[in-house]
Amino acid sequence: MAEWNKPLPTISGETKPYWDSCRQGQLMIQKCDSCGEYQFYPRGICANCWSNDIKWHKASGKGTVWTFTVTYQNRTPGFAEDVPYVLALVELEEGVRMFTNIVECEPRDVKIGMEVEVTFVRANDQISIPYFKPAA
Amino acid sequence: MVDLKHGAAIVGIHEHVTRYAPDKSELQIQGESVIKALEDAGLNKKDVEGLFTASSSIRNSGMNLADYLNMYPKYVDNTTVGGGSFEFHLSHALTAIVAGRINCAVITYSSLARSGGVSVGTGGVARFGHPRLDPSPDSFEELYGFTTVGLYAMIAQRHMHLYGTTSEQLAEIAVAIRKHASMNPEAMFRDPITVEAVVNARVISSPLHLLDCCLISDGGGALVVASPELARNCRQRPVWVLGVGEALAHQGAGQRDLIYIAAKQSHEPAFAMAGVTHQDIDMAMIYDSFTITVLETLEDLGFCKKGEGGDFVSGGRLQVGGELPINTDGGGLSSNHPGMRGIFLLLEATRQLRHQFEGTPRQVENCQIVLCHGTGGALGSRHSGGTVILGRD
Repeated sequence: MAEWNKPLPTISGETKPYWDSCRQGQLMIQKCDSCGEYQFYPRGICANCWSNDIKWHKASGKGTVWTFTVTYQNRTPGFAEDVPYVLALVELEEGVRMFTNIVECEPRDVKIGMEVEVTFVRANDQISIPYFKPAA
Repeated sequence: MVDLKHGAAIVGIHEHVTRYAPDKSELQIQGESVIKALEDAGLNKKDVEGLFTASSSIRNSGMNLADYLNMYPKYVDNTTVGGGSFEFHLSHALTAIVAGRINCAVITYSSLARSGGVSVGTGGVARFGHPRLDPSPDSFEELYGFTTVGLYAMIAQRHMHLYGTTSEQLAEIAVAIRKHASMNPEAMFRDPITVEAVVNARVISSPLHLLDCCLISDGGGALVVASPELARNCRQRPVWVLGVGEALAHQGAGQRDLIYIAAKQSHEPAFAMAGVTHQDIDMAMIYDSFTITVLETLEDLGFCKKGEGGDFVSGGRLQVGGELPINTDGGGLSSNHPGMRGIFLLLEATRQLRHQFEGTPRQVENCQIVLCHGTGGALGSRHSGGTVILGRD
């Protein structure tokens, strides 16, 4: 397998469960037991009510494209050779939005509101990265 | 709250006219700017009690600048919230002056973004020179090929989807600002452009084309802010700070609708403090990193309703002679954009309020009140918004 030449995440204690589950092909998000709000990205506290009562939940992995852009210019190695690629904000079924790339389709076919589902790409032995593709 | 209106004035300005300065250091450009701005005010080094600066390239920019200029300020503010930092600085300088902490402050900035070959808009993860991603938020973002232009383009895409805004409408903004650049001998790009030229230019990040994006230049500048007592004794007619407001906007833990930008929050206290309405604003200096930045800012400042920005910017309204002229220096889209541009908004507003261009097409007729709004960061992820309302003496 070719070496991963895009940036890799730095993993901290508060984000480790997220990346551990990504490696196993499951998207996990946090929900607060005190206020009931989901949040993204994962944190060591609830960003809404500041309680510590946050629990990890399996996300359905389904969502819709909230917005996107087809990137034609990026000088960073790993992306420079990938243009045009689709940078997007996907709204998960649970209601929170996350950044991603829309993959496994032509950039011109991506539309706001389009239904997508998570797919993971292995970067190395420790890290798999969640992307989204058109829903089956 | 203590009344801050008329609590401080801009009394001296200098814009370093360089657009390409590989032979200078950033600190030298700031130093030269500070000296010229104080000269403009009729003040000197010993008068300066407050030092305000921001930089994305100079480490510890406040300390390094004080060292370079051999100054010992008793009030220091290094607030760095992207391109809009300088509107925040003016807000803070006003507060410090009204509180009696200082009587005189300088605000300054410089960058060699162009001669340094910095890909500000399309440099991806390397654009800020960080070799390693922070655990959050970087590690949930930069994996996906972030660019600055891409983060603005995503908001433009959403705006078009919700409101039917078109590329031609965004292009009207670039055309108006280029027309103003043609009146500014220092502007980097001065040849007039058309809507067709903008929409036919290559796409950088859809739906934004090359001419929807600001240029990259070197440059810098400085302004001197003084208490009312000091301002009365300066060489130049004071330009009064009438109102200020600040805001940050971000993902809101994945739940904020970023079609509404920081300007929505920051403009309300600024108008309230100034005691003016939108009809009183003679012109505006709107941070124009991209055409969509201007459209979104005008909407969220309340000059038109959300979603009506496309119509509002069309038909020459934003050109000198129109209902709301903006960016009469040619803005970041056509005049200069050295990394962070917010300081130049304040400089051009001051020139206009001094009626410095009287008798030329660049002067906004009977200019009495100018609104400046600086945006820093990126609309699609997190950004700052600083609103400043300035008035002629």
